[in-house]
Amino acid sequence: MATSTSHIAETLHRRAKSGFFARLRGGDELSYLITLACTISILLIVGVIVFELWFNSRATFHAFGFGFLTSSAWDPNADKYGALPFIYGTCVTSFIAMLIAVPLGVAASIFLAEMAPPQLSNILTFLIELLAAVPSVIYGLIGIFVLVPAIRTYLVPPLKSAFGYLPIFEGTFYGLSFLSAGIVLSVMVVPFIISVSREVLMAVPREQREAALAVGATKWETTWDIVLPNASTGIFGSIFLALARALGETMAVTMVIGNTPKISASLLSPGYSIAAVIANEFAEANGDLYISSLIFMALVLFGLTIVINAVARIFIMTTQGKGG
Amino acid sequence: MMMEISASRRIVNSVMLTLSGVCTVFVVGVLFFILGYLLLHGVSSLNWDFFTKLPKPSGETGGGMANAIVGSGKILLLAALIGVPIGFLAGVYLAEYSGKTFAFTIRYVVDLLNGVPSIVIGIVAYALVVRPMRHFSALAGGVALGIMMIPIAVRTTEEFLRAIPNNIREGAMALGATKATTIYTVVIPAAISGLTSGMMLNLARVAGETAPLLFTALGNQYWSSGYLAPIATLPVMIYNYAIAPEDDLHQQAWAAGFVLLTLVLVINVTARLIIARGPAAQRR
Repeated sequence: MATSTSHIAETLHRRAKSGFFARLRGGDELSYLITLACTISILLIVGVIVFELWFNSRATFHAFGFGFLTSSAWDPNADKYGALPFIYGTCVTSFIAMLIAVPLGVAASIFLAEMAPPQLSNILTFLIELLAAVPSVIYGLIGIFVLVPAIRTYLVPPLKSAFGYLPIFEGTFYGLSFLSAGIVLSVMVVPFIISVSREVLMAVPREQREAALAVGATKWETTWDIVLPNASTGIFGSIFLALARALGETMAVTMVIGNTPKISASLLSPGYSIAAVIANEFAEANGDLYISSLIFMALVLFGLTIVINAVARIFIMTTQGKGG
Repeated sequence: MMMEISASRRIVNSVMLTLSGVCTVFVVGVLFFILGYLLLHGVSSLNWDFFTKLPKPSGETGGGMANAIVGSGKILLLAALIGVPIGFLAGVYLAEYSGKTFAFTIRYVVDLLNGVPSIVIGIVAYALVVRPMRHFSALAGGVALGIMMIPIAVRTTEEFLRAIPNNIREGAMALGATKATTIYTVVIPAAISGLTSGMMLNLARVAGETAPLLFTALGNQYWSSGYLAPIATLPVMIYNYAIAPEDDLHQQAWAAGFVLLTLVLVINVTARLIIARGPAAQRR
């Protein structure tokens, strides 16, 4: 009895196996396995990224611990490293960028989704998405040679005469500064806010607008009081997406921030950012602790952008689900 | 019976709506400003030497970026060889084989990978390729850009394959085709114009990447043979020349910027027009 059962099981097993290989030769299983392997390899790549960043930055963590993040000493000659000036610069420039890009982007997306005729809206959106395709080194080029001189001549004198008493506008302006970097960044991230926000706004059901207009609301009141609150989660998503871009943006910031590891309250003084210090010093860094400190900052940047992106994606998904 | 709308509400309405239009015009204006400025300064600095000569040693004027143009081409080839197959096949899996939850998870991870700053990817390529080999190389740059191409390759493939209606798949299977035959001889050919355009867009996106090349491909004043030596690329050249003190180098940076931007925008416009006419657009 027992032998016959196991015999049947064995036959079935062998048949199943030969079937598998037959189908493998037929191409079906092979295709399945290859495509699955590629999918899994993406997960592996993400794993490798996390591992390499962590593994190569251990030395810094052992030497300084979390104090690395709050220390502002940056002296490669003395082998002393602290990330605070760079974290500060990254945060300040991104904050300036969002301060400009959020109102600009949300307003433009309102125009594109609510007011412009569909044809015009499509053409303008197409152009704005091209703006997102411009390489960041080109923004840097324009930043150095056009924007910085323009800020020096047209923006800083009126700012200083009106708000010169504020600590954020103190000191002499030489051109390369937090302010310049923030303004360049704002132009770079605004297309991301516009294209996502526009889609989120357009996903708000038409009936909502019609109902508001029918009870006597103006076009603007409909947009501001009815459509925007409905789309707010998705718009926040687009803002977070843009913020993550701003934090990690490298070339344009490196070219206009001044590359000075100092923390100063004034937006007119030069600074440094995480991405910029890596771009500038990594190729020439010698000494294990130096390299490991730069990689540790890359890990911080990685963690920050992953978290912000993760939140942004969830926000955008929930709104699109609601609207669609 | 119409309710009278008060003057203040009417004014707020028109002011705010106008303001939103002004914001849009401003953003679009920035694009035209960049285009115009590069056209103005780039074309005037562009000459035949730019495409055929090597850079001159510092201090001398003249010279070109022939090595950087070829170098960018070589690195993009490597990147495409790494990023496109992995991304494409994973996209096929998500569109044709995967269950819902798994596909959702992968898509989420892919989107997160897409958001990783390029400089971080550069560091990983440095740790994976440059450090073990003990020197900078075109290969390391290709690996960095290749990883960066994967997310868009996955999403594009999945989107365009999903846009192919199911009755095409059912038709093929009803004729006795296996699933693999259906995918590779019916579904993918039906989506091919969108897929190629998507991959071109993807390539154009990484073509302008500078940050991850700074410490992987590094740069080179001369021709670089093979794929295991440091190599010059257009974006890194633009960066180095822009921050250099000589005026002649600034002119060359503008010329290179013009060439790069033209390349990127031409690919973008062509690919987007092809996609806009394709089956994926009609489904929307």
